[in-house]
Amino acid sequence: MSREIFAYIEHHEGVLDDSALELINAAKKIDESANVVALVLGTGDNLNKACEEAAKTYASVWKVDKSDLSYPNAEIIRAMLVNLLPKGSICLIPHDTFGIDLGPGLSVKLDTPYVPDIIAIDKVEGDKLVAVRQEFSGQAHTHVECDISSGAVLTIRPGTFAADESKSASGEVVDKSGDAGDVEVKRKFLEVVEAEAGDVDITQADILVSVGRGIGEEENIELAEELAEALGGVVSCSRPVVDAKWLDHSRQVGTSGKTVKPKVYIAVGISGAFQHVAGIKGNPFIVAINTNPKAPIFQVADVGVVEDCIEFLPVLTEKVQEMK
Amino acid sequence: MEILVCVKRVPDPAENEIEINSDGTDIERDDLVYSVNEWDNYAVEEAIQIRDKVGGSVTVVTVGDEEADEVLRREMAMGADKGLHINDEVFEEADGLAIAKALKAVVEKGNYDLILTGAQADDGAAQVGGMLAALLDLPYASLVNSIEVVDDKTLKVGREIEGGNQEMNEISLPCVLSIQTGINEPRYVGIRGIRKVAGVEIPEMELSDLGLSEDEVAPKVKRLDYFVPEMGEGAEILEGDTEEIAEKLVELLKAKGGIK
Repeated sequence: MSREIFAYIEHHEGVLDDSALELINAAKKIDESANVVALVLGTGDNLNKACEEAAKTYASVWKVDKSDLSYPNAEIIRAMLVNLLPKGSICLIPHDTFGIDLGPGLSVKLDTPYVPDIIAIDKVEGDKLVAVRQEFSGQAHTHVECDISSGAVLTIRPGTFAADESKSASGEVVDKSGDAGDVEVKRKFLEVVEAEAGDVDITQADILVSVGRGIGEEENIELAEELAEALGGVVSCSRPVVDAKWLDHSRQVGTSGKTVKPKVYIAVGISGAFQHVAGIKGNPFIVAINTNPKAPIFQVADVGVVEDCIEFLPVLTEKVQEMK
Repeated sequence: MEILVCVKRVPDPAENEIEINSDGTDIERDDLVYSVNEWDNYAVEEAIQIRDKVGGSVTVVTVGDEEADEVLRREMAMGADKGLHINDEVFEEADGLAIAKALKAVVEKGNYDLILTGAQADDGAAQVGGMLAALLDLPYASLVNSIEVVDDKTLKVGREIEGGNQEMNEISLPCVLSIQTGINEPRYVGIRGIRKVAGVEIPEMELSDLGLSEDEVAPKVKRLDYFVPEMGEGAEILEGDTEEIAEKLVELLKAKGGIK
């Protein structure tokens, strides 16, 4: 008997999130013959549009239309999925800010194993699933194993499985609103506050000198600014620099910051966690400057410099001024 | 407000390069510098700020071996009132659910209005807070980057979502929140502060004290190994002395449009 695997489809204003086309390939990797069902929750016209789109990729689409799902409140959605999902279900969710909110509690309520932030499926042997994850911000990989005979909740890192662009399904949309039930939760969504625009728009820059934790101290940011000035670029950064309040949030590159598309990206003292690298698009020429030759950033960079950035930046800035 | 903050002792990401041992069973633990998980430190700071505003107490709890005591003391030096140390060998192999079950037992022994965890720790799983909330049937919000106490039954919390936007929610107490870095500026802890709490008694609990059996905390998800994946070629590493490297890099940058 083939397995039933559910894929949670994120959508916004009727448009599917990129992850929607990736989860089906993750599901097929678990079980090539699986019946993969798209779970599409929301309300109104936007929901109908999302279901139509999902049906181009998934043979079966479960639609849940509830007025309180105009915004995806994970507390409501978790309670509805518990009502909706058959016992023993395998449920795939994108590992993003929504999936992190939904997934762990869902696994508890469904009484299934939970494997978060999967980047690859190694193998499935009988009821044994072996998946690949990362720890220590990508500095170490691990195989993890669990028994999926009673189901599983698995969150899948966006961008790690290829998107199925074939649009070859003409799936059936089934209205499951009744089965989802009406639920009461103790968390109410109020509004989304948009990020403030900063003094510099890093998304428009061709040349970015991006600083991370390795810059060490606030006063060393000046070294990056001097290099950026010599190159005609601007300074951006990774998360720890914003957390330390050394630079404004509007300068942050990554999933919780801005998506940038420069021609040249110079990563200074940045280890290269996936949340950061996911914000670099457009295939720029990437230079990594880091003391740790094993830092994940060297895997995505074109050119690497294994040096202490605090010593190296002034030398580089001087050479740029001399040679340009 | 009675606040419980769950903390973990982890290798300090600012101080260590993580390497895998020769047989792939663990990372090289010798010479690692440990500290409190960065997210947890923000959670404790937030708890202290809330307590100082509305009154109450802050308790820090950890599941860990003998050494884990030091992170409890560090957070107490920051201003947490009490520490609780769950120390039992059985948790060496624990998965996130087992940790959440242990914490649930701690919550049920107390009378907490608010339970905070860090959004994630060294394993990047971001799971314990959400599991704990579900085990306790309490409301939950993850990746919280602002908390405002509305009254003694309600908080207004911001969640960090994609693109740096913030999702605002109203959530009922008691609840569980996982805290994102950047929510505040954790205070500095000096050696003197740590000395002050060096003699404070921290109660230790074993599995039996929590009313749990070994079966209940047996891991459902097991880590099989650590490994270094076969990667693509990766970056071309520039060789030479600092000056030579800088010169090579300038030539490359010129060619790639990296100098305006």
